[in-house]
Amino acid sequence: MDGGRHRPSTVPGLSERNHVSTSTRPAATERGARRRARLARFDVRVTPYLLISPFFLLFFLVGLFPMLYTAWVSLHDWDLIRGQGDFVGLDNFAFVLGTESFYKALRNTFSIFLLSSVPQVVAAILIAYMLDANLRAKTFWRMGVLVPYIVAPVAVALIFAKIFADDSGLVNNLLLGVGLPAVEWHSDALASHIAIATMVNFRWTGYNALIFLAAMQAIPREIYEAAIIDGTGRMRRFWHVTVPMLRPTIIFVVITSTIGGLQIFDEPRMFDTGGQGGASRQWMTMTMYLYELGWGPQLAFGRASAVAWLLFLIIVAIGIVNFLITRRIAHSGGPTKTSR
Amino acid sequence: MQSTAAIEQLAGKGAARAARRRMKGGGGLDARPRWWNYLVLALVLGVAAFPVYYALLLASSDAGSIARNPIPSLLPQGNLVANIREVITSDIGFWSATVNSVLVATVTSLSVVFFATLAGFAFSKLRFRARRGLLVFVIATMAVPVQLGVIPLFIIMARLDWVGELKAVIVPGLVTAFGVFWMTQYLDDALPFELIEAARVDGCSLLQTYWNVALPASRGAGAMLFLFTFVGSWTTFFWPFIILRGDSLTLPVALQQLQASYFKDYSLIMSGVVVSVIPLLLLFIVAGRQLVGGIMAGAVKG
Repeated sequence: MDGGRHRPSTVPGLSERNHVSTSTRPAATERGARRRARLARFDVRVTPYLLISPFFLLFFLVGLFPMLYTAWVSLHDWDLIRGQGDFVGLDNFAFVLGTESFYKALRNTFSIFLLSSVPQVVAAILIAYMLDANLRAKTFWRMGVLVPYIVAPVAVALIFAKIFADDSGLVNNLLLGVGLPAVEWHSDALASHIAIATMVNFRWTGYNALIFLAAMQAIPREIYEAAIIDGTGRMRRFWHVTVPMLRPTIIFVVITSTIGGLQIFDEPRMFDTGGQGGASRQWMTMTMYLYELGWGPQLAFGRASAVAWLLFLIIVAIGIVNFLITRRIAHSGGPTKTSR
Repeated sequence: MQSTAAIEQLAGKGAARAARRRMKGGGGLDARPRWWNYLVLALVLGVAAFPVYYALLLASSDAGSIARNPIPSLLPQGNLVANIREVITSDIGFWSATVNSVLVATVTSLSVVFFATLAGFAFSKLRFRARRGLLVFVIATMAVPVQLGVIPLFIIMARLDWVGELKAVIVPGLVTAFGVFWMTQYLDDALPFELIEAARVDGCSLLQTYWNVALPASRGAGAMLFLFTFVGSWTTFFWPFIILRGDSLTLPVALQQLQASYFKDYSLIMSGVVVSVIPLLLLFIVAGRQLVGGIMAGAVKG
């Protein structure tokens, strides 16, 4: 909290200048000048809050308040139609934690998340490395890898629903064509996770590649030049210069994709027409479970809020773990200390 | 080629030429990449573009051909216009969904840019009590998934009697913490204090300074923020899916309904997909360069 009451504004000397001019004026206009000075001071003191207030007001109403209110709802027997019911303490949490569906949703969410984040980061770094060369028509290639980003996840899911259809799907037809058995993309849990992760990877790999590309271009060229003069080959330069220098960016990408990835809803929801996550909920995610509790036959807002809070706590916990890992890496010597 | 110039000065022309050749052979930094680099990138682009092209193939075909072969043809067939017409005139209200999506995305993007520039100007250039604390708060909220507040948000909308109406999607999208953070970062670098001071000396109030100096200075970053918000709004599904009903749908929700009602006829479903992709694809062709620039600029600062 900086800025005491009498700190000058960041624009230095303004109010002082006004004062100087008032003293040289005749007495009649002095009152007007003083009023103007007071107005200017009011302006400097109040306008900043005026400028940030639209954001904070709206954010409070549609962001912060709902989030906190979720906690209140989660402690009540709350129904979509009848509204607030009795206070039930932690019963909703106990109920949710006692269902098999919750653990299935947890498992599926993490499985899809791992299948999408790990290959995605690896592929994005490799693509970024290819883009980092002194290419002809740079912008064309960069825009090209970004095309999937503008396709809505729902549209992506519909396209891939045909690609991964069990009967007469594109992939299965190709597999049968070369004499391999077809994959049961919907009934097999792992296969369904792979299919859904593929949709996520399709949409985000190029986007992340551009982030890595920017980070690669920020690596000082002198380091590469030094490595070249030392006679280091391409591969060694990639592993011992590029990748270590990218570490903060990798952590950034992992954290942002954790927040988004654990809330995944669109792709698994659209993976079949039912939208329940499969016959035995083999690809139902946490957010899908939240939706089913709140807007499904149960209409149980209290229970759905409990899931929302649990998901929130999981995301925070992973955020803290990420933070600790980051700090350990930072303490263990940073990017230069990698080669053995 | 700073280093070879140095070599030339120290060791003569021959050594410099040799060094230049050495750098080129070993993959020097400014040398043109070799063919396989382009080949790999072309493959990547092929993978990135294929699903979209595949949607176009299916959308221009018919149910019968698709049932016989998942790749009905390698080139688009002639049914695209007829299929799109059938989807648009279907009772899902695809055409109004397109109009709604344009409306929602435009309004929220303009609003996000305006309010974010306002707050970004204050956070980056003005000094006031609790500035730092409030900015940290903004950054912290970026990490909190707002999506998790959907239940109370739904309760609020039900109270207001907004369920099923577009404003229930527009109003929560009017500001974003990311936008404020983005504009603060940008204006911090891009707007010199001298300009503000000049405006103040000329007698501008802070609001006038914002209007005459800060707003014009944030045009570039504002355009990028507009694009990000537009794409985000266009593609978002979860909240509109929960809150929208009847004839005021956005495109992703209309696509979901299309799947539910036409799930046998892929040519129609994919026509819907194509309709939902075309507007953003046009925007991307015009402004994709800015989008790329925005992602890369955000990454360095981020």
